Amino acid sequence: MQKGRFGEYGGQYIPETLMNEVIRLEEYYENCKNDPEFMQELDTLLREYAGRPSLLYYAGKMTEQLGGAKVYLKREDLNHTGSHKINNVLGQVLLAKKMGKTRVIAETGAGQHGVATATAAALLGMECEIFMGKEDTDRQALNVYRMELLGAKVHPVTSGTQTLKDAVNETMREWVSRVDDTLYVLGSVMGPHPFPTIVRDFQSVISREARKQILEKEGKLPAAVFACVGGGSNAMGMFYNFIGDESVRLIGCEAAGRGVDTAFHAATMAKGEKGIFHGMKSYFCQDGFGQIAPVYSISAGLDYPGIGPEHAYLREIGRAEYYPVTDDEAVEAFEYLARTEGIICAIESAHAAAYARKIVPQLPKDENVIICLSGRGDKDVAAIARYRGRDIHE
Amino acid sequence: MSKIGKAFEGRKAFIGFLTAGDPSLEKTEEYILAMEQAGADLIEIGIPFSDPIAEGIVIQEANIRALKNGVNAEQIFHMVERLRKKTEIPLVFLTYMNPIYHYGYAEFFERAKQAGLDGVIIPDLPFEEKSELKADAERNDIDLISLIAPTSQKRIEMIASEATGFLYVVSSLGVTGMRSEIKTDLSSILTAIRRVTDLPAAVGFGINTPEQAAAIGAEADGVIVGSAIVKIIEKYGNEAAKPVYEYVKRMKDALTQK
Repeated sequence: MQKGRFGEYGGQYIPETLMNEVIRLEEYYENCKNDPEFMQELDTLLREYAGRPSLLYYAGKMTEQLGGAKVYLKREDLNHTGSHKINNVLGQVLLAKKMGKTRVIAETGAGQHGVATATAAALLGMECEIFMGKEDTDRQALNVYRMELLGAKVHPVTSGTQTLKDAVNETMREWVSRVDDTLYVLGSVMGPHPFPTIVRDFQSVISREARKQILEKEGKLPAAVFACVGGGSNAMGMFYNFIGDESVRLIGCEAAGRGVDTAFHAATMAKGEKGIFHGMKSYFCQDGFGQIAPVYSISAGLDYPGIGPEHAYLREIGRAEYYPVTDDEAVEAFEYLARTEGIICAIESAHAAAYARKIVPQLPKDENVIICLSGRGDKDVAAIARYRGRDIHE
Repeated sequence: MSKIGKAFEGRKAFIGFLTAGDPSLEKTEEYILAMEQAGADLIEIGIPFSDPIAEGIVIQEANIRALKNGVNAEQIFHMVERLRKKTEIPLVFLTYMNPIYHYGYAEFFERAKQAGLDGVIIPDLPFEEKSELKADAERNDIDLISLIAPTSQKRIEMIASEATGFLYVVSSLGVTGMRSEIKTDLSSILTAIRRVTDLPAAVGFGINTPEQAAAIGAEADGVIVGSAIVKIIEKYGNEAAKPVYEYVKRMKDALTQK
């Protein structure tokens, strides 16, 4: 495969101003990846600070009720800062430090990646600025304050649709303006090479642990793993170490919003077309003239019109499957997990749980599946209440 | 030499940019002709895109206005066809990869040739990805304009040696938009370019005053002005022909002063 490509997907479609910087990033990353000292430092941070390994929890009640395969939950929601995002940012901010950077910038949708970046920046002594769509700063006001508490400056983005894609645009624009002392800490397996690879590698700890844990507990591999996909970072993390295990179905669950047949969804795989945007060739929701389409989901973290290039490739070669999950189904799964297992997960992760609820009853009882609970749901409680007609604000 | 090269022959070129369809395609056509009358040597026509990551706020907003008017690439090709009945001034498109990819590379460049276009500038297509559509551009005699940035350093030689049309030298870090000061050491970039190619090099990003045009024109082969013109169009809307003409004339005069 060509460097920086997953099949035909990926690449480096970015302004010339950034080219030397991404080349330099790739060089540093290659060095750090093979540097035992760097990896040791990262490993220590993941264990001592982020709380890894995350639990692989057997959801007994859920298993009993669904009546099929055993259900395990990979508890990324228990990580420090409450989501899988910390896995990637600790790696990238550490990398930024090795590159001699003094400042990191990042986009955020729901605020999880922003909070994680602000956290890593506070810990590792970096200046930090976060770009967040104006609409998202409104629906995730607590996370904005959280980032400020951590010492980050939060910029509400008022251009375009004022959501995640516009936050990415604005962070790119900021990076082009100040490339010398700044690293763009990208939050998902997207953007120009080497980001999709770097983020996937840092997130692959999820499946490295999960594979070992499930073999210890069950003595066999899962029949399927489920993860939600926006850009696709927790899904790539959950899939990666199972790609070689052909019996394991890799299932990505994307946001269908009010339904894939309405204009209000973010179902890139179901409804998008091939395109080139945000530095990569992949699939994007777009109109008949190649304009990037406005997308919608109840989940700010899945509200993105594209998907990482490696996902596009995994689907093309038939290795991974992707299914749309509506707001309704996700909210129902959110409530179900709370009621049944006493776990309030992120509305993003609830998309994966929702689809797993459909599949698990069809699988034999001696099989098992893993659902990646990518984040915790405290941030979503008020929005879910409003969805159910209770006027609660944070 | 391509038609673009001739725009630089024996003079310092003034390159004006506007976004097609802002405020309407009829007005875009009129303003292009006004710029030509005022002395512009080449016109850059922006095909509006929903997410123009290389643009500052002035051109971003022009993109939004144009898209609200429902403007698309096909209509802009028609506008170029109409213009070609009236003028031979070199015309280049500025657009992003996705609209071209979506149109189809071969179809896009064939259509561009048929309409009478001379070149295309794609801010999110660096040297490494050029092979994606280079053959289609070449087959249709459309110059693919390469950009050189203040951060390009050792890449200048590689980029310049394969460039066509002219070289677009990005004056500053960041996005398009008016700047009061340009701090980049343009001389050393221009020297590095001239070591490998005879192609003209024009400087853009941030230029908006006659003084800047004169100073940069003393070293470069031309200047590119976008946001300042788009700002005038934003302000005067349908009545911008005269102020655009006057502004371009002032800039061109400053550029030609000895």
